Amino acid sequence: MSDAEKLEIGGETFSSRLILGTGGAPSLDVLERAISASGAEMVTLALRRVDPGQAGGVVELLERTGVRPLPNTAGCFTAKEAVLTAQLARDAFETDWIKLEVIGDLHTLLPDPVELLDAAEQLVDLGFIVLPYTNDDPITAQRLASLGCAAVMPLGAPIGSGMGIRNPYNIAIIREQVAIPVILDAGIGTASDAALAMELGCDGVLLASAVTRARDPERMADAMRLAVEGGRLARLAGRIPRRLYAEASTSFEGVANL
Amino acid sequence: MKLTVNGDPRTLDDGMTLVALVAMLGCGTKGVAVAVNEAVVPRSTWNQHSLREDDRVEVLKAAQGG
Repeated sequence: MSDAEKLEIGGETFSSRLILGTGGAPSLDVLERAISASGAEMVTLALRRVDPGQAGGVVELLERTGVRPLPNTAGCFTAKEAVLTAQLARDAFETDWIKLEVIGDLHTLLPDPVELLDAAEQLVDLGFIVLPYTNDDPITAQRLASLGCAAVMPLGAPIGSGMGIRNPYNIAIIREQVAIPVILDAGIGTASDAALAMELGCDGVLLASAVTRARDPERMADAMRLAVEGGRLARLAGRIPRRLYAEASTSFEGVANL
Repeated sequence: MKLTVNGDPRTLDDGMTLVALVAMLGCGTKGVAVAVNEAVVPRSTWNQHSLREDDRVEVLKAAQGG
């Protein structure tokens, strides 16, 4: 793989275009095997109140697998909460990278664009590498890019819904209109959804539930790795145009008169 | 002194440091971060940071999350 084919975000390069979320895995053992099968070089993590007496866990898993952490601000409803959570994550994970999530309600978990833009601006000013989870709205994506975010991560469908990419046209528009990496985040249900994201021109895919809640997470992680690679290759290769009528692939010239 | 740790009321020794509190919780220190009264207290200063009456302490740790 040439360097030109690698994913570059915030000055770092990645061979894998799949970022794996760790939420929803039935056990750390299953999660570890899924991370390995996915080929992901970066995984998302959260910060939660400690369970007294509970040493060990996901941090040790991170060290064993050698993947880099992408802490999130999941559960934050306001810019204030998200900025504080990001600062805590910086101290906990020793990284300036943050997956910025600021949600508007508990039923849809959709981003609140007003709070999101406010938080993104503050975090960029504080020196964070900001990867915001955003609506599939090209204008919000442009705003996030102009604020100095390192990537934009539009949703395909609500978190955990497995509904795939509900508005592929907006995803394609976002890809055309911002100069930073576009990572499809949320909504992926199965491998074809991840492949579609890449065929639409996305630079990467972030998914969690589709793997961690699959019947066989390790096998689904393998499927997602292949889907992201396949979709990327198809994008680079250039698909044929859609047409209403057939175009014979076998020439009629020289056909026998029977 | 009375204060809250992760939302629970607690009575702790006067002047207890954050290092002592985190050790008491037995959660290790890897992937742990602390906020007191909604401000981050960097781990490098835990040993100098003495808790006070009515402090609201949040001790957080890396967890699985999408």
